[in-house]
Amino acid sequence: MVQVVDEVSVFRDTYLKAYRGMLLARVLDDKFASLYRAGKIHGGVFLGRGQEALSAACGYCLRKGDIFAPLIRDAAGRIAFGEPIIEAIRTYLGSSLGIMRGREGNVHRGNPKNGYLPMISHLGAMISVVNGRLLADRFKGQRTTVGLSTIGEGATSTGSFHEAINQAAVEKLPLILVVANNQYAYSTPNERQFACEDLVDRALGYGVEGHSVQGNDLNKCLQVLQQAVGRAREGFGPQLVVAKLLRLCGHGEHDDASYVDPRLKSEAFAQDCIKLAEESMLRERWADRTQLDIWRQQAIMEVEETVARVQREPAPDPYGAEWQALSTPRMIDGGHENI
Amino acid sequence: MSITYLEAIRAAQARAMEEDPSVFIYGQDVGKFGGAFKATKNLALDYPGRVLDAPISEDAMVGAAIGAAMAGMRPIIEMQFADFSITGFNQIVNNAATQFWRTNIPCPITIRLPAGGTSGGGPFHSQSLEAIYSHYPGLIVMTPATVEDAYSMLLEAVSIDDPVIFCEHKYLYYHLKADRLPTEAMPAGKARIARSGRDMTIVAYSAMVHEALAVAEELATEGIEVEVVDLRTVKPLDTDTIVASVARTGRLLVVGEAWPWGGVTAEVIARVATEGFGLLDAPPQRLNAKDTPVPYHPNLWAAHRPTARSIAIAARNLLRL
Repeated sequence: MVQVVDEVSVFRDTYLKAYRGMLLARVLDDKFASLYRAGKIHGGVFLGRGQEALSAACGYCLRKGDIFAPLIRDAAGRIAFGEPIIEAIRTYLGSSLGIMRGREGNVHRGNPKNGYLPMISHLGAMISVVNGRLLADRFKGQRTTVGLSTIGEGATSTGSFHEAINQAAVEKLPLILVVANNQYAYSTPNERQFACEDLVDRALGYGVEGHSVQGNDLNKCLQVLQQAVGRAREGFGPQLVVAKLLRLCGHGEHDDASYVDPRLKSEAFAQDCIKLAEESMLRERWADRTQLDIWRQQAIMEVEETVARVQREPAPDPYGAEWQALSTPRMIDGGHENI
Repeated sequence: MSITYLEAIRAAQARAMEEDPSVFIYGQDVGKFGGAFKATKNLALDYPGRVLDAPISEDAMVGAAIGAAMAGMRPIIEMQFADFSITGFNQIVNNAATQFWRTNIPCPITIRLPAGGTSGGGPFHSQSLEAIYSHYPGLIVMTPATVEDAYSMLLEAVSIDDPVIFCEHKYLYYHLKADRLPTEAMPAGKARIARSGRDMTIVAYSAMVHEALAVAEELATEGIEVEVVDLRTVKPLDTDTIVASVARTGRLLVVGEAWPWGGVTAEVIARVATEGFGLLDAPPQRLNAKDTPVPYHPNLWAAHRPTARSIAIAARNLLRL
């Protein structure tokens, strides 16, 4: 009995931690949306609204030394993987003190040194990069790390996706590939994206293990991701996780998502994962309304204070910038001064 | 005892793997089979587990190299033909080439491109892609013309912390021989005066250096002294050596096997016109392949790319200007 109680309490702690990461991500995303509308952000803003449960589960199921290659809707996963929110804000606001130093913006950030890979815009491209990181670990005899890459269902149509999952399967790499099927790739619905009944069926074709999960259910996401990460770590090769959910925002904040079929919104998988998690915590008596309000206020305070701090940080200086795309000074091409 | 350009490339890879345990080779058929051209012959035997056959997935090959390099490895990617690197183009130019700029973390990968035309190669086994890779910031593009450079520049490519596109010319693989491997070398990034002369400068790189040298030999019998500059790397481009040569000769012909629009020959002429216009006694000239896909039949192929014959005609015309 004591054993069971312990397991429940461990799971409850994980759940509460994951919820607070989701909440912080939602509050942060809401702030980015309002900064965008106020004209304070250069370029686009891309939110993870509706995908926080899945994303947080991805981040919390990894451990130090693992590889994480998030995509655009992974504000929660990035927090869960250990990124302080100041880096998200610095990148969106272009602070010269941020990891991207104003050279890249919005969600295109990461720190390869920490196994936190910076995405490029070309979908599917980061999967094989994770493979390479895992290959390097194999060369070095480190066989306990895993790598997790997230993508949307739209990216499953790319050649990069196909090449990379096949490559991981051939090399039997501990890759967890998480597909958030949020029903629309920008405005393109599933029926114009793929013709198979369920994307998880592809796992068989690639010779990898497949998992399905309802992506707005934190409980299920944590269980399935823990299982998939565990299988990868134990040497069972690549794991394909397909989560069904609905993106509760536009592709970016410039997009009103008017193309979303209203009938989808009443589906179980389309309900807001934050609300579902709150209802679940109240039902289990893991938190009461007062506690939820306190957590929300704490998240708002943290976001507001950090945004205010970053807004005082220096912007990049074009005159002091090192305009060098190579790390080897003697190999930098001159001769453009007069051209 | 002689060593070919191809054997030099194999020897350089063997030495790189011998000296640095972080070097590995990844490409199609490179393992037990030894590669389509045998550039990795026996390396899988000599360095077990470090020469990996890849699926036919150029995008994923380069992506994996980028990831491995992040963890301190120094991968060498063999593209089976330069032409096929285009299916890995996105990873090369958008991921590898931008990484240092974005993240301050270098990306030490070497991508070997068996490049250039051979008789019977046709449109998809003959391409010279140095110009398109040079266009992108964040890449170094090497085009060795000699056995010595094939060896020493490949070793340097592997040791450099940035992505290097290593264009090795297939025509030179077996045709070019040297007595021995070099013990010392000019650094990459510097052009070489392959032959001195006072009447005109021919700038060339890769296999075209040898066509240019043949022309210099031919014109020497007529008392015309041609200086031949071998670029060695096209990016960075050693403008100083080119302009210094033009200062001596006053006439410039630039020869490249790649297509004419834009490209290395255009870049060389743009720089000389910008920085050394007053040194020129005649309009600078350039000679490239024709602006069509590379043809299959030897008769068509010989007419498609510059040869000693067409270069000699261009050189004589330049002397009359």
